[in-house]
Amino acid sequence: MSGSWEVVIGLEIHTQLATDSKIFSGAPTTYGAEPNTQACLIDLGYPGMLPVLNEEVVRMATKFGLAVNATVAQRSVFARKNYFYPDLPKGYQISQFELPIVEHGELFITDADGNDKRIGITRAHLEEDAGKSVHEGLGKSSGIDLNRAGTPLLEIVSEPDLRSAKEAVAYMRKIHTIVRYLGISDGNMQEGSFRCDANVSVRPHGQEKLGTRSELKNLNSFRFVEKAINFEVERQIELLEDGGKVVQETRLYDSDKDETRPMRSKEEANDYRYFPDPDLLPVEIDAAYIEAVRETLPELPDAKQHRFVDEYEIRADDAAILTASQPLADYFEEVAAATQGNPQGVANFVIGDLSAALNRDGIAVEQSPVSAAALAGLLDRIKDNTISGKIAKEVFEAMWAGEGSADEVIGARGLKQITDSSAIEAVVDQVIAANPGQVAEYKAGKDKLIGFFVGQVMKETGGKANPGQVNTILKQKLR
Amino acid sequence: MGQDLHEQSLTQLAAGLESGDFSSVELTEALLRRIESHNRALNAFLTITAEQALAAAKLADEARAARNAGVLNGLPLAHKDIFCTRDVLTTCGSRMLENFVSPYDATVVERLAGAGAVVLGKTNMDEFAMGSSNETSYYGPVKNPWDLEYSPGGSSGGSAAVVAARLAPAATGTDTGGSIRQPAALTGTVGLKPTYGRVSRYGMIAFASSLDQAGVITRSSEDAALLLGVMAGFDERDSTSIEHPVPDYVAGLSKSLKGLRIGIVRQHFDEGLDEQTGAAVRESLAVLESNGAILTEVDLPNLDLSVPTYYVVAPAECSSNLSRFDGVRFGHRAEDPEDLYDLYCRSRGEGFGAEVKRRIMTGTYVLSAGYYDAYYLKAQQVRHLIADDFHKAFADVDVIAGPTAPTPAFKLGDKTDDPITMYLNDIYTIGANLAGLPGISTPCGFVDGLPVGLHLVGPHWGEEAILRCAYHYEQLSSWHQACPENYK
Repeated sequence: MSGSWEVVIGLEIHTQLATDSKIFSGAPTTYGAEPNTQACLIDLGYPGMLPVLNEEVVRMATKFGLAVNATVAQRSVFARKNYFYPDLPKGYQISQFELPIVEHGELFITDADGNDKRIGITRAHLEEDAGKSVHEGLGKSSGIDLNRAGTPLLEIVSEPDLRSAKEAVAYMRKIHTIVRYLGISDGNMQEGSFRCDANVSVRPHGQEKLGTRSELKNLNSFRFVEKAINFEVERQIELLEDGGKVVQETRLYDSDKDETRPMRSKEEANDYRYFPDPDLLPVEIDAAYIEAVRETLPELPDAKQHRFVDEYEIRADDAAILTASQPLADYFEEVAAATQGNPQGVANFVIGDLSAALNRDGIAVEQSPVSAAALAGLLDRIKDNTISGKIAKEVFEAMWAGEGSADEVIGARGLKQITDSSAIEAVVDQVIAANPGQVAEYKAGKDKLIGFFVGQVMKETGGKANPGQVNTILKQKLR
Repeated sequence: MGQDLHEQSLTQLAAGLESGDFSSVELTEALLRRIESHNRALNAFLTITAEQALAAAKLADEARAARNAGVLNGLPLAHKDIFCTRDVLTTCGSRMLENFVSPYDATVVERLAGAGAVVLGKTNMDEFAMGSSNETSYYGPVKNPWDLEYSPGGSSGGSAAVVAARLAPAATGTDTGGSIRQPAALTGTVGLKPTYGRVSRYGMIAFASSLDQAGVITRSSEDAALLLGVMAGFDERDSTSIEHPVPDYVAGLSKSLKGLRIGIVRQHFDEGLDEQTGAAVRESLAVLESNGAILTEVDLPNLDLSVPTYYVVAPAECSSNLSRFDGVRFGHRAEDPEDLYDLYCRSRGEGFGAEVKRRIMTGTYVLSAGYYDAYYLKAQQVRHLIADDFHKAFADVDVIAGPTAPTPAFKLGDKTDDPITMYLNDIYTIGANLAGLPGISTPCGFVDGLPVGLHLVGPHWGEEAILRCAYHYEQLSSWHQACPENYK
């Protein structure tokens, strides 16, 4: 698609921090409440009201900084970003400008060639969210809902190190994983807790100077990030190849039409007149504080992934999938510890059947009706040859539906595998007798027909015959 | 009972209430009657809360009967209309808040009420505290009780006038560049601005957040000390209030003056100071010296930069602080706006007066991209230099002294066409705000029948020193007891 053009992308990710109360007031942050029921006088910007920093956000930002190997500033400063908008009650947003709390971080993604690629994190700063305007159901008027006003955000700004929409998504997913591991955000994209702006530009391969960028606003799903960037890249390349020029502007992605288009210029003709907020003291934290926070860090996704490969000897890509979500990783480890089965088998089942069932029913792994212990019980029955892997799928579905443990389902449904050679031989004889034509063809050299015979035997035994034994016996008898 | 109730200071009234000479209801009624007869001419109160005051006085009398009286139990006072008062109109002297009834009490209001004070009403002020003459009030200027053709100063002009005219024994004020001390000087009252962070700003409508500080206007330093003890202290709702022990300010007053080192600012007696005013100040310093204080000269070399520095920092902060007045959630809202932009422009255009607009525009300009470094950043640097000057001076002295204002009160209308001359009225007081220091003005004489003030500045947390110095001066003089003829 990009041909002789190099794509350059930087992301600004807005992560809502999972605090109980707002960043500068004691009002709750619960999502989905009746409009304006979660906004106190501070959030409403009443005369005489003053912000008081919620210290929890400092701890959360520090955790993030440490997780991405960044510098956590011992002194950071809140500044006012001044502009008028009805959903911004004070006429300014309290943010961090010149001295953010986190700087110079990094993380690694896997690029198209499967190699680790370092993505720089320029900075991460704390700020308050705005409220929102409500236009539906109010006739000619517009309403303002200030429930979200003052909700704490951590804005994470990457270096322009991303070279494709896919890399941008991989980076965003990585951040998403990290903030959830750290427990500092629920990462809920439908509720807007995790959203991003993408700065996109293109330049001829080999050119040092960056092309003119456009900023794509408010992308709130991984799919939209990928589609919006791809659309924008194509638009810019087409424009440049037709001899046009890219204009630096803010654009909105319309997911219905799958296109980006410019925002009204009036909304961006702003000089924000940043200056340090005189109502708030600089945030000062010392090395001891930072070390104390470091003590509370969980094992992070990259470390966990490497450990899974070393300790369980599972495939690296499976380890990546399992560690993308901490609950899934925990589930895997619980099953692996409880089963006699091999860890790769556990990984296969968790990534395959379990994840498929979770997705199908739209539930989180923590709510799985099949517990880690129960799944271990099922995998043990494969290991000891009580059932085949194929039958296991049926048993799993029954367990999912609440029919009991693996043993109970196997017992109740009579799914125990047939390992008695004489019983299998009898069925094999029966199948050979019933298919003389195929037998002749097989003997004439059509080896592939062995699959047909295995299938017939399995069909006759209701899938319960041990596949290995069936294979051996068939080959003997057909010789 | 020798003196009429209105003639007594807060401290005297406290003693009278305690000994049962009169009740708080009697006192409150007497003052409300005075307010009724004099306020029309003075225009000092914007809101008179007679009903609430009498109810509070009644409760105070009951509390005293039940031996449950706070230190200010039953004592009446007035609040500058910049303090949010629950269920009471809080206009900040602006059309913008003509209809604003606060849903909550400021910390200052809460603490004084908690100690038993009775609120008589809300006092007039320059719009959003921007002014030095009270003439920027949307509700018209306050008149100086010493001569109704003269300004009482500003921005806490209403508070100064009600205390000078004996309509209330004390009133709260706020001081961003001299707004307590200058009107105190111009009305013959005592005005105290504490150290920045000493008194909570919660509920005080912000003008310039890094300079604003709440204080009091009273009839004596003793009364100021009494009130400060109640108002001061850390407030978790104001991040810039500071956790620092609150001493017994009243107990500290009588400590001897002997050996107190008073620094006289050389630059304060340069050109621009009215000769007679300067003479009165020098004379007051001589009185202090002859009673044990040690006078030395000190240098504040960057003092001439304080006014220009202030007029960059204060407008910058106010341009942002006043953005919340947008006609959307409270305050003045333009009728039938065409669209959002029109709503903003007309609500603010109609709601704010000329001086407020001038400062918002100045502030917007100095914070703009391309000008920030040259103005705002530079002003912050100079501010540090000025603070350093004070810091160095306080290595050798306990208190810095000089005139509060360059002249006595000026006629209403005299300076309204010339903002710069008006701004220069705060030339001696602004430094303390830029450096966050406590300052007090106490009466030190008269020039052509109008009072002038002695200005004392202390180091950080130096309220005790300046209160003690002012208190001793008041014991050695009688200027603070002078009462304008028509208000005896």
